Amino acid sequence: MINWIWMSMLITGLIFAMFTGRMEEVNEAIFQGAEEAVTLCLGMISILVFWLGMMRIAQEGGLLKLLSKFLSPVIQRLFPEVPKDHPAMGYILSNMTANMFGLGNAATPMGIKAMEQLKELNGGKDEASRSMVTFLAINTASLTLIPTTVIAIRMTYDSANPGEIIGTTIAATAVGVASAIFIDRIFHWRRTLRARVK
Amino acid sequence: MTVLSVLSMYIIPFLLFVILLSAIIKQVPAYETFIEGAKDGFQMAVSIIPYLVAMLVAISVFRASGALDFLLEGLRPVLTFIGVPADIVPLAVMRPLSGTGALGVMSDLLAVHGPDSFIGRLASTMQGSTDTTLYVLTVYFGAVGIKKIGDSLKVGLLSDLCGIAAAIVFVTLVFGSM
Repeated sequence: MINWIWMSMLITGLIFAMFTGRMEEVNEAIFQGAEEAVTLCLGMISILVFWLGMMRIAQEGGLLKLLSKFLSPVIQRLFPEVPKDHPAMGYILSNMTANMFGLGNAATPMGIKAMEQLKELNGGKDEASRSMVTFLAINTASLTLIPTTVIAIRMTYDSANPGEIIGTTIAATAVGVASAIFIDRIFHWRRTLRARVK
Repeated sequence: MTVLSVLSMYIIPFLLFVILLSAIIKQVPAYETFIEGAKDGFQMAVSIIPYLVAMLVAISVFRASGALDFLLEGLRPVLTFIGVPADIVPLAVMRPLSGTGALGVMSDLLAVHGPDSFIGRLASTMQGSTDTTLYVLTVYFGAVGIKKIGDSLKVGLLSDLCGIAAAIVFVTLVFGSM
């Protein structure tokens, strides 16, 4: 799927450029895109190094276990494949909490750690497991409580009330996450049904 | 607003304090443990590079060639037919694909329509209520080397669609249309 999308974006882009005469822009875009990607990754180094260090202390100090014990009744339903006291639970929960407070910087390292654990649970295969698909769906829908970046941009455009969109944002994000969980379940159900037919 | 900004200023220091407190209680050698965990950070960031380069190059070629605009024009009548305001269509399409692209489109909409207009509020809500699906997928799966993504992309894009629909409904309900 990802292979197909990737190829078709590039090929349609290249064919389009021939007809629209935007070859020069496309040439530039190739290197700009690559540069942006590397810059983003290098920018992530500082955050990843710092938070992975802190999270290791949290793990050794028993905080992650405490957190997962506290909230796992809810999360357990979302990730039935993950054992109750598994460290993955703790990482999933800290990722969700960080996302809710708009701490994207802290959320990413925790999310990657959670993925790492989920991959281990799946026998280290390069294939996404059911839990991984669910976890990613929740993250792309991104449960947000305070949209800090948007509020900041609204301020720069002299909004009379920059924070007035918090309510609608929370409502929309809640629907987004709920439908992500729901759609994920439908796809899982379809997969098991197909496997049974085979 | 001030309460919120004070709150968000204190969250990270508070979190660090709690983590260090747990180390004291459990008698964990905090410094050594930090170093041990932090070692993975560099490797992790570097391992994302090939995935992200592949994705961002494809997206920027797709955009620069004018193919994205063409796709937008094609989708516009369909989307306006189901009640999506025409001005918001570029943002709705850009949001799951490119974070910086969507931020640019949103800023542009705020500049043209004003942040307190219907379009301005809708753009703000849309931008804030979801994340860039393709980016999150690339980073999370890239970091741990997942190549077969299963239904992830379909689930992500479909829920984006639901989120966008919800944003339109809620903004209309709360602030009134147009």
